[in-house]
Amino acid sequence: MMKVIEGSHAVAHAVMCCRPDVISAYPITPQTHIVEHLSQLVADGKLNTEFLTVDSEFSALSSLVGASVVGARCYSSTTSQGLALMWEVLYNSSGLRLPLVMTVANRALGAPLNIWNDQQDSVGARDSGWIQLYAENVQEAVDMTPQAYKIAEDPDILLPVMVCMDGFILTHVYEPVYLLEQDKVDSYLPPYRPAVVLDTANPKTFGAFVDPSKFTEYRYMQWDAQIRAKQKIVDAALDFQKIFGRYYGGLIDTYHAEDAEIMIVTMGSVIGTIRDCIDSMRAEGIKVGLTKIRSYRPFPAEALQKALKDASVIAVIEKDTTVGNQSALLTDLKAALYNSKLRMPVLGFTAGLGGRDITVTDIRKMVEISSRAKDGVAESDYQFLDLKKELL
Amino acid sequence: MRSLSAPAKNTWCPGCGNFAILSAIKPALNALEEEGLDLDRVVVVSGIGCHAKIADYLNVNSFYSIHGRVLPVATGIKLANPDLTVIGFAGDGDCYAEGLDHLIFAAKRNVDITLIVHNNRVYGLTTGQYTPTSPYGFKGRSTPGGTVERPLNPLEIVLSSGGSFLGRGYSHGIELLKTLFRQAILHKGFAFLDVLQVCATFYNMYNYYNQRVYELKDHDASSYSAALKKIREWDYNSEAQIALGLFYQRVLPTYEQSFSHLSPLVSPEREEAIRSTLESYI
Repeated sequence: MMKVIEGSHAVAHAVMCCRPDVISAYPITPQTHIVEHLSQLVADGKLNTEFLTVDSEFSALSSLVGASVVGARCYSSTTSQGLALMWEVLYNSSGLRLPLVMTVANRALGAPLNIWNDQQDSVGARDSGWIQLYAENVQEAVDMTPQAYKIAEDPDILLPVMVCMDGFILTHVYEPVYLLEQDKVDSYLPPYRPAVVLDTANPKTFGAFVDPSKFTEYRYMQWDAQIRAKQKIVDAALDFQKIFGRYYGGLIDTYHAEDAEIMIVTMGSVIGTIRDCIDSMRAEGIKVGLTKIRSYRPFPAEALQKALKDASVIAVIEKDTTVGNQSALLTDLKAALYNSKLRMPVLGFTAGLGGRDITVTDIRKMVEISSRAKDGVAESDYQFLDLKKELL
Repeated sequence: MRSLSAPAKNTWCPGCGNFAILSAIKPALNALEEEGLDLDRVVVVSGIGCHAKIADYLNVNSFYSIHGRVLPVATGIKLANPDLTVIGFAGDGDCYAEGLDHLIFAAKRNVDITLIVHNNRVYGLTTGQYTPTSPYGFKGRSTPGGTVERPLNPLEIVLSSGGSFLGRGYSHGIELLKTLFRQAILHKGFAFLDVLQVCATFYNMYNYYNQRVYELKDHDASSYSAALKKIREWDYNSEAQIALGLFYQRVLPTYEQSFSHLSPLVSPEREEAIRSTLESYI
């Protein structure tokens, strides 16, 4: 059923359709509407779940660790400072191989204090062991939610998954969305029946001490599960397509990539603007294309090598920076290309920090800079777009 | 006398109890200024929430901390420069939820700072969810079916944690607030004030409080048991009269005093003897 609905409410509806047993969350802008709507669904008797309104994000995720080890399907949502407060539990839960699902309403991390969108929060958690999926629009955030459970709970994977959606831009927008149908979700996503749970009849310990003789192997198995999850993410998207008819690509998606000389690589809601921009630039004869990252962790290195092989220059646009180095997606991508035979210039642009819009003009500017690099004009290979020099 | 008004545009809702706190802290500070307090040596620390904008509206040094962390930041400022007068403003969501552990330890350590909690018993900035001091059954936006938890009594927590100054004010009572703010700032040690600060938009309690509040009279603020009795009279939940004023005050060594009493690990004489011994081998 298509409905014009606020992004947060659409995601809450999708979560409801996944039938979580336990939800635990703490209010923080711009995530609040997601969990508020879930609490309303619980109060209305539409969602049979235990909803914990806890004292902090640290408590939120910690309580889900407890719920998950007894076999509950769990959900939380947070953003920014809240995600940062969860830091210890991010590693704890992924190390414990708990298939939690969490929506991250991407927002800048302070200081300076800022409530608007960028992706520094989840990108900063890229090494925490959580799978990270990035949605382009509300529909994709909705559809990624059951996909996230499907991937997380796969007995071969057992890793927590973040569904990342740009705060305000997607959480607070009203747009037409196909809401998930319960019967279809039920056929797509079977009930969670973990093989290993806390059980008084068959006692086990979770979270036990592991000494140096075995720690590396545990970490390796976690690493290996993320690598193997690449295929599962592709499968989850294809299976979803079979039932719901919607498909956004597997690990990545492309747009006008076939003969693109200039290839933009990015993730999140800015892609909508980029698609429009590509349409108009293509009409002017500029051979520009897009490669969209759906799965940032696991990082789709092989898929990117394939998608980018014919490009003359690559422009990475991202809403984060790695202070002390270049930005995160940029350095990840360059690492993926180094041992391949691809040797086109790769330019990085940090843009859209703390809620600054990335406009069509901005995108055209980045494409122009990249085009000059293609023609051999040396320019900085990494820059903050449109710095206001008068403020520095 | 210096104007404590800052030029920032005030964005609190009409009727917000925060105005009373702002209107009381200014004359309280100005009165202390007349008595010799250097306003340039006053530091205001706020947290995250509607209350935090008070840092924008007061023309003194200020620091916006992250959510829940008013007290550790205020403690650090005081320890690094004990000559400063440090006043923390926090919200109930800020200080009684994510920051509750810091409240207990600030009382336990008796750091010489003042903490004024804007306790509106609702998350105002995120528009109306329950907090640790919301009453049982509170129907907020995250608890539309009513919260199933009972509130905590922050004064009882601080008293049992070793707090040396405890009071309660109400945003519909500026004169009492002025008195309490003055006493709290002058107190040597951790001064804790829970202010029933009404959120006119999401939890308007003016009528409820107006019918129940009274000022403490003939109360022995030096008595722990008398304080506990008055603190327990209303548990932020059940039907009772609500006492306002100074519940408890005692003089205890402050945290920073205990640091200055520590002797150096190695005396200068001994350090000199070690140095000369080592140098004899060069």
